[in-house]
Amino acid sequence: MEIKTHLQKVLESGIFAVTAEIEPPKNADPEVIREKARWLKGYVDAVNITDSPRATVKMSSLASAVILIQEGIEPVMHITCRDRNRIAIQSDLLGASALGIKNVLCLTGDYISLGNHPQAKPVFDLDSIQLLSLVKKLCEGKFFNGEEIKGKRPYFFIGAVENPFADPLEFRPIRLAKKIKAGAKFIQTQIVYNLERFKKFINLCEEMGILERVYILAGITPPKSSKMLKYMKKNKVPGIEIPDEIIKRMESAKDEKEEGINIAVEIIERVREIPGIKGVHIMAIGWESIVPEIVKRAKLCSRPEL
Amino acid sequence: MIITKLKPLEEILQYIESHDKILVLGCSECTHKSATDVEKEVKKVVEEIKREREKTGKFVEVLEKTLPKQCEPQYIKLLEEIKDKVDAIISLACGVGVNLIADFYPKMEVYPGVNTLFLGAKIKEGYWVEKCRACGDCIIGYTAGLCPITRCPKNMLNGPCGGAKNGICEVRKNLPCVWQQIIRRLKNRGKLERLMKIWEAKDWRSAGGEGVRELREELKVGN
Repeated sequence: MEIKTHLQKVLESGIFAVTAEIEPPKNADPEVIREKARWLKGYVDAVNITDSPRATVKMSSLASAVILIQEGIEPVMHITCRDRNRIAIQSDLLGASALGIKNVLCLTGDYISLGNHPQAKPVFDLDSIQLLSLVKKLCEGKFFNGEEIKGKRPYFFIGAVENPFADPLEFRPIRLAKKIKAGAKFIQTQIVYNLERFKKFINLCEEMGILERVYILAGITPPKSSKMLKYMKKNKVPGIEIPDEIIKRMESAKDEKEEGINIAVEIIERVREIPGIKGVHIMAIGWESIVPEIVKRAKLCSRPEL
Repeated sequence: MIITKLKPLEEILQYIESHDKILVLGCSECTHKSATDVEKEVKKVVEEIKREREKTGKFVEVLEKTLPKQCEPQYIKLLEEIKDKVDAIISLACGVGVNLIADFYPKMEVYPGVNTLFLGAKIKEGYWVEKCRACGDCIIGYTAGLCPITRCPKNMLNGPCGGAKNGICEVRKNLPCVWQQIIRRLKNRGKLERLMKIWEAKDWRSAGGEGVRELREELKVGN
């Protein structure tokens, strides 16, 4: 029997996919995840669960993903190369598969010095592309060293990230092609505010003929306030580009939150028009409760039951 | 070269607190300092130790010596005479020298007088930058002479990551993204296709993954 994840079925059926993201709590309280899961349920096809983002300790993505499953939500588990070597990663992947986690997102990970334990030893045994190869190999029944997996092999719908705003622009599609070659079936991009640059990137991808080979979901973040945007810009949150026009637009708005929702909905509508964009990934970090409203206003709220 | 930095005087004083005859031992050949600088550094450490100890009223006899290399037994042997005259050595060599002296003289108290920082280059007066991690499997023939293992904080072999912006690394403002440099160079040389292929995961055994690294060469007999 062929196994497919719900997210995979949505994407393969050509329905414009919607995913969201939850950052696990900085404590041991499962209720934090359960509450956010209840907000999101029914409005998205799958929910990403991050792996100690910005190198700050959070509840593990594996445990958090299991809590999502208990809440009836299909998780996309993030795995980074920052804290685990190839032994620990494979071990976690076997465990994740055994616990019913079927979507994984492979990332290199934010650097350690940006987080709350800058004293830690950075691992980076692999990079994200090598990690993709590892997951693909496991799904083919082989450990990373080539040894055969005797017994049940894991199944994963494999995802990766891409940052169309990182430099050099001309190399980003090449790197994306490498990720696809390594095993990525779907891509979630960094937050799109600069649509011009995003389109340039997608055009380059099209020229390289890679749009047909992967499902790209555009990253969307509703700005909660101009203060938040300025903070992100000033502190140079890795990989995020915030055009000044967006900040100005937020500042001049009567109701900043309302304007933030408008911006998110507008960007969703604009990226939806771009051929090759197969869905959106809404990262409303610290504002997950707003996701249903955005999904409704973007007219994406009838999620398929496949 | 090997870049070292003198330890804070307080730390050195702590090491030798219970000793009253010590040797401050310089090492002149392969650190970033010239032979004269090494001599000066040895004298400076000696003077400072004496001065500080005098303040506490605990007199200390400090001998000084500089070896060309503290990492070769033939030079360590030069310590034979002096070693019985002192009860501790402050070595200003890199960690290799300190370890070898400790290997040779199990009873001798040997302390590091410097922190061994990295293998680097002198970019300008007073400024050194790391260029090599001695990972044992050099790939810079494929990366335009620039080492991603050393110069990319994430050791990426299929870079650059999503944190590179305007040629700068996400880790800090003054750190160039080495992958952007590699790409620019290979592109100019018409060799960008080199980066199309996926670089396989590194075998970290050569970088120390199997414990202490050794090199043994067959010696030619009869020459």
